[in-house]
Amino acid sequence: MAKTSRYRCTLLSLLFVETATAAELPLNMTKGVTDISLQVYDLHMTIFYICCAIGLVVFGAMFWAIIHHRKAKGVQPAQFHESTKVEILWTAIPVVILVIMAIPATKTLIAMEDTSDSDVTILVTGSQWKWHYKYLDYPVEYYSLLATPQKQIQNKIAKGENYLLEVDRPLVIPTGKKVRFLMTSDDVIHSWWVPAFAVKKDANPGYINESWANVNEPGIYRGQCAELCGKDHGFMPVVVIAKEPAEFDSWIRQEAETQAKAKAAEQELLSMNMTMAEAMALGEKTYLGYCAACHQPGGQGLPGAFPALKGSKMATTATELAAHIDIVLNGKSGTAMQAFGKQLTLQEIAAVITYERNAWDNNTGDLVQAAAIHAAKTGNKE
Amino acid sequence: MSTVTTDPHAHGDHHDEHHHSPPAGLKRWLYTTNHKDIGTLYLLFALTMFFIGGAMAMVIRAELFQPGLQLVQADFFNQMTTVHGLIMVFGAVMPAFTGLANWLIPMMIGAPDMALPRMNNWSFWILPFAFSILLASLFMEGGGPGFGWTFYAPLSTKYSGDSTALFVFSVHIMGISSIMGAINVIVTIFNLRAPGMTWMKMPLFVWTWLITAFLLIAVMPVLAGTVTMVLTDKYFGTSFFDAAGGGDPVLFQHIFWFFGHPEVYIMILPAFGIVSSIVPTFARKPLFGYASMVYATSSIALLSFLVWAHHMFTTGMPVFAELFFMYCTMLIAVPTGVKVFNWVATMWRGAMTFEVPMMFALAFIVLFTIGGLSGLMLAITPADFQYHDTYFVVAHFHYVLVTGAIFSIIAAAYYWLPKWTGHMYDETLGQWHFWCSLISVNMLFFPMHFVGLAGMPRRIPDYALQFADFNAFISIGGFAFGLSQLIFVWVLVKCIRGGEKATAQVWEGAEGLEWELPSPPPYHSFTTPPHVK
Repeated sequence: MAKTSRYRCTLLSLLFVETATAAELPLNMTKGVTDISLQVYDLHMTIFYICCAIGLVVFGAMFWAIIHHRKAKGVQPAQFHESTKVEILWTAIPVVILVIMAIPATKTLIAMEDTSDSDVTILVTGSQWKWHYKYLDYPVEYYSLLATPQKQIQNKIAKGENYLLEVDRPLVIPTGKKVRFLMTSDDVIHSWWVPAFAVKKDANPGYINESWANVNEPGIYRGQCAELCGKDHGFMPVVVIAKEPAEFDSWIRQEAETQAKAKAAEQELLSMNMTMAEAMALGEKTYLGYCAACHQPGGQGLPGAFPALKGSKMATTATELAAHIDIVLNGKSGTAMQAFGKQLTLQEIAAVITYERNAWDNNTGDLVQAAAIHAAKTGNKE
Repeated sequence: MSTVTTDPHAHGDHHDEHHHSPPAGLKRWLYTTNHKDIGTLYLLFALTMFFIGGAMAMVIRAELFQPGLQLVQADFFNQMTTVHGLIMVFGAVMPAFTGLANWLIPMMIGAPDMALPRMNNWSFWILPFAFSILLASLFMEGGGPGFGWTFYAPLSTKYSGDSTALFVFSVHIMGISSIMGAINVIVTIFNLRAPGMTWMKMPLFVWTWLITAFLLIAVMPVLAGTVTMVLTDKYFGTSFFDAAGGGDPVLFQHIFWFFGHPEVYIMILPAFGIVSSIVPTFARKPLFGYASMVYATSSIALLSFLVWAHHMFTTGMPVFAELFFMYCTMLIAVPTGVKVFNWVATMWRGAMTFEVPMMFALAFIVLFTIGGLSGLMLAITPADFQYHDTYFVVAHFHYVLVTGAIFSIIAAAYYWLPKWTGHMYDETLGQWHFWCSLISVNMLFFPMHFVGLAGMPRRIPDYALQFADFNAFISIGGFAFGLSQLIFVWVLVKCIRGGEKATAQVWEGAEGLEWELPSPPPYHSFTTPPHVK
C-alpha cells in the first residue's frame, strides 16, 4: 500500500497535511496498475471535482445569505416564495450534469464486465477465513492464509511492516495477460478485493462470479476480504504477486512439479509411521494454523458458538475415533465446521487428530497414522 | 400560513373531555392514550437508546483507537457493530421521529389527538420489550447477533448462533410497532384535519411524515418476511438462501434492500419536514417552493423503490441491471437537489437569526448535502467497486444519518421544546452543545472518507498500520461527540424543570397551528377544530 502514497491527491492532502506526513497513509483512491483501475480513478476524480464545484456554489450562496441577510444587520425580509423559472432551471441543470457523469461511467462499466478472451483463469474460493486459489489451466492449487503471527495481533511483539496484509502463499499472476478470476465460496459470502486492480467481487456460496485484471507493472499488491464473513473477517488478506510472463511460466512449472511430487510422496508416507512426538509437533502446528481460530488454542472453544475439544466426548472416548476422523475430513453440514480433507495432507490430518486426542489433558494415548486417514477417505468414496 | 377562529358553540359537544386530567404516577404512562404523553415516551425512549447505541459505538472506537486487539475480541466487536446499527436505526432514529409525529401532527393539523389512541399506546409499549430481547441476547452463551445489522445470509442462517431467534423476534416486534405507528399517522392526517386545512396547506412536516408512513407500510412487511425466511432457513429446514437446496444467498440481499433502501428515506424524509419548518421561522420569510417540496418528497419516495440494488453492485449482477440501478440512483440527486436549493432560496434575502434550532438546521443542510454528494459518488458503479464496504461508505451513511437525521431530531427538540414544556431552554448551553457536536462529529466522520479511499474495509476489529494515525484521530472525535451529547441531556433536564416562561408563539417568525396554542399546550390539543383560512 505504501507504493500508492505517491499518487495522493494534492487537493485532499492539503486538508490533512500534518497527519498525513506522520503515517504513510495515501489519502486518495489508488490509481492502481491496470488500465481499468486508472479509468476508475479518473472517474472518481471527475465526480469528486464535480461534487466539490456543486458544494462550492450551494454553500457559497448559503454563507453569503448567512453573512448578509441577517436580522442583526437590520435587513427587512423579502416575501417572495416561488419562481417557476428558477425551479425549472435548477431541476434541469443537475440532469445535464448527471448525463455528463453517466457517459464515462457507462463506458468503463461495460469494459469492466467484459470477461471474454482471457489468457489465464483462476478459481478463487473463499472460506472462513482464508482464500484458495486454483489455476484452471495448470495442475496447481493452494490455500493462502494470514501470515501475521497471533502475538503481533495480541500486542505481545512489535508489529511488522505489512501487519495483517501478509499471507503464507500469495497468488501469482503474469503481467500483460488478461487474467480472469472466478469467485465462489465454501461457506458464507466473502468478497475478493485488490484495490490496485479495481477488482472487488463477492464470492457467493453455490454460485460463480467473474472478474478480470490485466496488470501492467510487476509488483506485490495487497487487499482484503471486503464482506463481513464472521469472526475473523478482518484477518483474511489477499496478496497478489504479478510477475513478467517468462518468470510466471517458470514459477508455475516449478510449482506444478512440486505439487505433483508432494502427492506422490503422500502415497509413500502411507506406509510410514510417525512417532508420538512427531505427530504431536506437526499436530500442534496444524491445529494452530487451521483449528485454533474457532476451537481456540487451549481447545476450550467459544461456548455457544464453537464447541470445546478439551474434555469433549468425541476427542476423549475410543469409540468416537471414527467419528472424529470423519468430522475433520468431511466437516459437519449446517455448521461452521469445514471439510479439511481437501485442505490438509493425510499426514497433517492424522497429526492434528492425534494432537486433539492428547493435548489439554485429553491424554487418550491414541496415535493416528496417515494410513488410517487414507482408509477413511477412500472408504467414504465407495 | 393560517389564521384561526374558534367557534364558541362547539364547546358544548365535547362535554368534560377537556376537563379530565391524566392519572398520576406510573399508571398515567402505562395506560395513556394521549398523543403528548405517548410522544414524550417515544422521545425519551429514543434518547435512552441513542445513549445505549452510542455506548456501543464508544466500544468500537476504543478498540479501533490503536491497531491490534486490546479491549475486545473479534466476535464481540462484530456484535457491537451489529447491535449498534440495529439500536440506532430501529431504537433511536425511528422512534424519535414517531415521537415527534405524535406530539406535532395533531397540533399542526388542528386535531384533539391521534385518530387511534389505544393502538398508539400499544405501538409504543411493545418497543421496550423488543429492545430488551435484543439487548438480552448479548448475554447469551455465544453472544448476541454478530452478522451486521444487514444480517446477510448464510452468515445469519447456517453460521449464526442461537441469538438469531431472539434477533428475529425482536425485529418482528419493532416492525409491528412501526406499522401501527404509520397507520395511526395516515388515519389521523386523512380524517382529523381542521376545516380549511387542504392538502396543499398542510405543513411540510405533516406531508413528509404522511409519505414516510406509506413507505413504512410498504416495506416493514418485507423486512418481516426477510427475517422469517432467515428463521425458517436456520431452524425449519427451508433453503431460501442456500444454493444446496435450490435457494440463492443473493436473493436475501435483494429482499433485504428492497426494504432497506426505502428505510433510508424513512429516516430522512421527516428530517426534511423539520428543516422546512425551522428555516422559514428563523429567516422570517415563507418557505421557498412549497409545492415543489411536496413533489420532490413524493418523487424521492417513489424512486426509493427502484434503487435497492445499488447496495449490491459487487454481488455479480448483469451489466444491464447495474446500469439501470446506477441511472435510477443518480436520478435521486435531482429532487434532493431541489430541496437543498429551496432551503437556500428561503434564506436568501431573509432576516436571519441563529438560535440553536437554526444552527442545527443549517449544519444539517451543509452536512447532509456532503452525505448526499458522497452518495452520488457511490452511485457511479465502477467507482463503487472501489468504495463498496470501505470506510468511505461508513462516512457517507453517518453523514446522512448522524448529521442528517439525528441533527434534525436535535434541531426539532430545541425548536419545539419551549412549546412542549412552556419554558425556554438555556440558549448558552444549547450553543455549547451545538459547537461541540459540530466540531467533534466532523473529526469523527470526515477522515473516514480518506481512510476508506485508502483501502480500509468496514466491520474489521483490527487494521493495517498505515491507518493507525487516522483511526486514533477519529476515535478522539468519537469520544468528544459522545460526551457532547451529555450537554444535551443537561439542557433538556434544565428546560423541563423550569426556565424563562415561553410565549404561545415562542419564535418571532413561527407560523402554524401549533404556535396558536398556549405553551405548554392543553392536554387535549384542539377540542374544538380551528378554522384554517
